[in-house]
Amino acid sequence: MTTNGLLQIALFFIVLVLLTKPMGAYMKKVFEGEKHTLSSPLGWLERIIYRVCGIDPAQEMRWTTYAFALLAFSVVGMVFSYVALRAQSLLPFNPQGFGTKEMAPDLAFNTAASFTTNTNWQSYVPETTMSYFSQMVALAIHNWMSAASGAAVAIAVVRGFSRREVNSLGNFWADVVRVTLYVLAPICLVYTLFLVASGVPQNFSPYVKATTLEGVAQTIAMGPVASQEAIKNLGTNGGGFFNANAAHPFENPTPLVNFIQMLSIFLIPAGLTYTFGKMVGNAKQGWAIFAAMSIMFFAGVGVAYKYEAAGTPGLVKAGVQTAATETQSGGNMEGKETRFGIANSALFATVTTDASCGAVNAMHDSFTPLGGLVPLINIMAGEVIFGGVGAGLYGILMFAVIAVFIAGLMVGRTPEYLGKKIEQFEVKMAILAVLVLDASILGFTMLGTNLSLPPGATSQTFTEAQAADEAKLPPLAKWNHVNSSSPSNYYGATYNNVNNSGAHGFSEILYAYTSATGNNGSAFAGITANTPYYNVTLGLAMIIGRFLMIVPLLAMAGKLAQKKFVPASSGTFPTDSGTFVVLLIGTVILVGALTYFPALALGPIVEHFQMNAGKVF
Amino acid sequence: MLRELKPAILLVLVFVVLTGIAFPLVMTGVSKAIFPSQANGSLIEKDGKVIGSSLIGQNFADPKYFHPRPSSAGSGYDAANSSGTNLGPTSGKLIDGIHKKTADGKDDPGNFDGLVDLAAAYRKENGLAENTPVPADAVTRSGSGLDPEISPANAELQVARVAKARSLSVDAVKKLVTENTAGRTLGVLGEPRVNVLKLNLALDK
Repeated sequence: MTTNGLLQIALFFIVLVLLTKPMGAYMKKVFEGEKHTLSSPLGWLERIIYRVCGIDPAQEMRWTTYAFALLAFSVVGMVFSYVALRAQSLLPFNPQGFGTKEMAPDLAFNTAASFTTNTNWQSYVPETTMSYFSQMVALAIHNWMSAASGAAVAIAVVRGFSRREVNSLGNFWADVVRVTLYVLAPICLVYTLFLVASGVPQNFSPYVKATTLEGVAQTIAMGPVASQEAIKNLGTNGGGFFNANAAHPFENPTPLVNFIQMLSIFLIPAGLTYTFGKMVGNAKQGWAIFAAMSIMFFAGVGVAYKYEAAGTPGLVKAGVQTAATETQSGGNMEGKETRFGIANSALFATVTTDASCGAVNAMHDSFTPLGGLVPLINIMAGEVIFGGVGAGLYGILMFAVIAVFIAGLMVGRTPEYLGKKIEQFEVKMAILAVLVLDASILGFTMLGTNLSLPPGATSQTFTEAQAADEAKLPPLAKWNHVNSSSPSNYYGATYNNVNNSGAHGFSEILYAYTSATGNNGSAFAGITANTPYYNVTLGLAMIIGRFLMIVPLLAMAGKLAQKKFVPASSGTFPTDSGTFVVLLIGTVILVGALTYFPALALGPIVEHFQMNAGKVF
Repeated sequence: MLRELKPAILLVLVFVVLTGIAFPLVMTGVSKAIFPSQANGSLIEKDGKVIGSSLIGQNFADPKYFHPRPSSAGSGYDAANSSGTNLGPTSGKLIDGIHKKTADGKDDPGNFDGLVDLAAAYRKENGLAENTPVPADAVTRSGSGLDPEISPANAELQVARVAKARSLSVDAVKKLVTENTAGRTLGVLGEPRVNVLKLNLALDK
């Protein structure tokens, strides 16, 4: 670790703190329907959209209607994307001529589910699979829609606390339209232009055929990258235009762009903590949440940076200079970019997995065991360390309810949070949401590491001559067929479906289901996930992780909104205090550590000891 | 509740039109007007032909050029197939590589140069003594496989070889390296780095 590296991390955090209050205050006005800077310039567009869609923004919704509206919005969007992806050969803006061969049904399902749930898990290589139209229209729309939906749900949950004795949580459509029009769009407009000025491409050209200085042909992929990049980060989506995501020089050309990208990932989640505080009438409540998140953030980035900077025994064996100097960054540079070095790669990895974004500027699969443990644990914590747009806030409030419940158990009083009594129903719903995440991650990982799907127990590659046998294979084997592989590639038992072996291979599978359930979308990308088995199971994990968490929390909010406000008394546990911050962090870690420790012990932790013992796979 | 289906369908269509079509189209038009070079990929032309992009790395093997980092994008610097190795730190393949021969004595296509191999090759081609520590970026493959830059330490170790191949003085080559070295943005952000393509273009002049 170097002084400069620590300084870059500190600078990032300071700028974030400075932006939180203005962002949060503005968002409060937007969501409460109050007048703000953009009400006049864009208000007419808001009204037109309501008229076109038949929306009455003053129409209040009960929690059941709110949830139904969200689900309907998501399902319609998902079906639309599935159809658009499968039909991509018939649609315009497809200069490279990609079609249905690249877009198998299971891949289209997985991709549509992935983008709808804000995950943006990509089983495919965009440069060889997706037309510009697909990226723009079938996928990028979800970057906007899922961010807006997430924010809407968060505000609905906050209204559960801030409203008293009403049976409604607001209007889902108004919330979605307002956040898109007044928060996402204006920022993305300026952001996109900044990105282009810094070198991010924005065109519809076919791939450029260049001839290098040494006379070798080089085909350079192109596309409308900047417009997608902006919302990818701001909406904590993470789906890259290119395979290498933010490691690709076209997506993330300079350290300044990288800095802004990281800020934009945390911007709305951080701002929403302030919005929350203002909406419940006490800004300190919001800052308490912010403080808990910040402490967990620093713990993560500290560990990741330390271990990545230390390098690996493999590098030492090769005689590499792992100590940083003025002219080279040292450390574990496998899968990292020169312009980012170690500090910015560790920081980005922490930010992106804290925030359910999932964009990467370095390959997590090549991180050291403990360096890679940090992204994994961040997602396992429930994506509440700032978290996704909206998802982070309703996630941390879920943990706050549990924390207050635990405090209540310890002192023998009925728990209260923000003036509302926390009773049986609320606690059940919060725990249900947590259990859904646990069950999905651990259940699917168990399945993925134990299930044996023929043919054979070792990975096989079929030659052209054996391709005819494909039709004669039992149906189950097709679940392991790698889509678009030629000659046909089958990976045998799913536990062989890994680029790395041993504990690191297990980590790849664990990470995949964790990332899908937590709606993160990053990966230990050595795993070949473009098989029907992984596409279907990961798609299901994403849907479960998103909607089976949202619905219980909306139910909890609906019930809370109907309750009476109980003024604070001398016996109330103050939730804007340092004690609460510690209790909240403890609850998040307790739930995470207890639930996942065995799985982590089998993966990153044992790998760390094996690596230091010189064991190689 | 079911009456919410109508706004659901219509609002999705509104998003498709506004964010899926209008936003990228408008952004493309404005970007090409204000920042044409960047919008089109920061391409570099020489003698009327496109020889690459200043942001995208390309391979160099000749001793008279500076060499970039190793790459696992396709078969190396394939800008239509960005990728890293995704190999973990306990991977035998990454550390020691794979060196097999097929039945007829040829090199197996699945062969792979590990860290140890790359370090040895780097020392050999730059005339360094055995066991000289090499910079980390010289033997590791980048995340994108298209990293256009190398560390200043890496460039410095290659100066002697390039100067000899071109019959230039070491100082002249070092001067060009310094001119093509970018420092930390605002003195703080990022890492110092040397753009290999721009440096090699400057050398050719």
